[in-house]
Amino acid sequence: MTTIEITQVSRWFGNVVAVNDISMAIGPGVTGLLGPNGAGKSTLIHMMSGFLAPSAGTVTLDGASIWRNESVYRHIGLVPEREGMYDYLTGGEFVLANAELHRLPDPKAAARDALATVEMTDAADRRISTYSKGMRQRVKMASALVHQPSVLLLDEPFNGMDPRQRMQLMTLLRRMGDEGRTVLFSSHILEEVEQLAGHIEVIVAGRHAASGDFRRIRRLMTDRPHQYLIRSSDDRALAAALIGDPSTTSIEVDTAERALRVQAHDFGRFTTELPRLARDHGIRLLAVSPSDESLESVFSYLISA
Amino acid sequence: MYNETVARLTYRALLGRRRAILLSILPGLLILIAIAVRAIGGADDRVTEEVLGGFGLAAMVPLIGVIAGTGAIAPEIDDGSIVYLLSKPLPRRTIILTKLWVAIAVTMLFTTVPVLLAGMIMNGNSQQIAGAYTLAAAVASIAYSAVFLLLGTVSRNAVVFGLIYSLIWETLFGSIVSGARTLSVQQWSLSLAERVAADGTGVTSDVALPTAVILLAAVTVAGTWYAIRRLTVLTVAADD
Repeated sequence: MTTIEITQVSRWFGNVVAVNDISMAIGPGVTGLLGPNGAGKSTLIHMMSGFLAPSAGTVTLDGASIWRNESVYRHIGLVPEREGMYDYLTGGEFVLANAELHRLPDPKAAARDALATVEMTDAADRRISTYSKGMRQRVKMASALVHQPSVLLLDEPFNGMDPRQRMQLMTLLRRMGDEGRTVLFSSHILEEVEQLAGHIEVIVAGRHAASGDFRRIRRLMTDRPHQYLIRSSDDRALAAALIGDPSTTSIEVDTAERALRVQAHDFGRFTTELPRLARDHGIRLLAVSPSDESLESVFSYLISA
Repeated sequence: MYNETVARLTYRALLGRRRAILLSILPGLLILIAIAVRAIGGADDRVTEEVLGGFGLAAMVPLIGVIAGTGAIAPEIDDGSIVYLLSKPLPRRTIILTKLWVAIAVTMLFTTVPVLLAGMIMNGNSQQIAGAYTLAAAVASIAYSAVFLLLGTVSRNAVVFGLIYSLIWETLFGSIVSGARTLSVQQWSLSLAERVAADGTGVTSDVALPTAVILLAAVTVAGTWYAIRRLTVLTVAADD
């Protein structure tokens, strides 16, 4: 059993705080590190990978410090987000070089197996410079898996992959999690995390916003107050009808926009009641648009929840 | 201290088509000049000294040192591929020392061979001039490789700083300010060449031999030590 323990970790770059006092433990199974772009996910993964020293706090692998400790790489496999990867080599040469650098007893066999795992055997003799983004990603995966690590860290692994490649990688990661490996991947796409990770850690603006079972957090996200901008044939009559319904918590008549700004705390009820109330009062709905559906606003809500 | 895989990757990077052409231009030019000099004026010791010293040692050796020394590590740090070396149970000093050996080997290959050949073509190693400059090129290759490899680990503009050092400090200031010559790899290596060349030739240095040997060793060791230190604490940039 392998666990990465992050204890009161902060990381700042000059005056900018990228990661702010985060504590979490990443254990066996698949964990999703979720957050909007620029939230601090990559900074956190870099610290877990030993490529960045925490400004404060500790990052350990089964109790051993990761920073400036090369021996931890016997247990860690990394799939970085950046694309640089010795483009003048073939995919096979690249994975073999990684196996040799790990000083495996039979690097050729290990490289062959890793390439087969990511279904890149047929393209192994082609130069990496000729690969598509998805192929590069799979070869990166093979290089990370070549020494059979107990921990796999992946930074935005699905970027640039087509749906079929995405499914393949998800199946592979799920299998690795089921085998008892500690798999952590970062993503800013909710649906990716939903499909793959049972456990998630949410990072927003460098802070740890939520942690735990995905379904519970998803429910929290769905149940938060939602804001809508509504235009209708009779805004004031619609406002009067809506305020009588318990799903609505506030309504503002925006005269400049000639629209209603409605806040509803019961998402499910509001979405079914709004069209019914409009029909009963003979009001035509011209536009209904959510005004706070960005990931940032969803995550910001999680911080305060 | 030496890792074959790191060496292989570094050789492939340095001797890839584009960089190999870049490395071959100046040696090719030196040989062409030597052939032209011999064909036009016959064997002449003074001209041989001027060509090997003024072009070979003063311009070609440091420029090849810049290409090989910085090229051994800087592109990997720039494009992030260095993470594939750093994420292995491999001491960082092994990575630096291996890359240093490769940079030295490549610099020596592309400097000593053309210097010796050009010298032989021009005056057939009369008065040991070709041998002396070949030794100077070999010694300078070691120091330049260490200095420029270090530059590759500390700066994203390693090539620019390398060119400033080799062309502006050594060549320009070195010819105007006598003090600059004391802090010049070129002069230190010339000090060794002076010992090999026959008495009375123009192969001379402003730096005494013991000082030159100490400074060459100090720069090489200190440069390598600091490069190891830099790689040990190298932080890979995060995108957020």
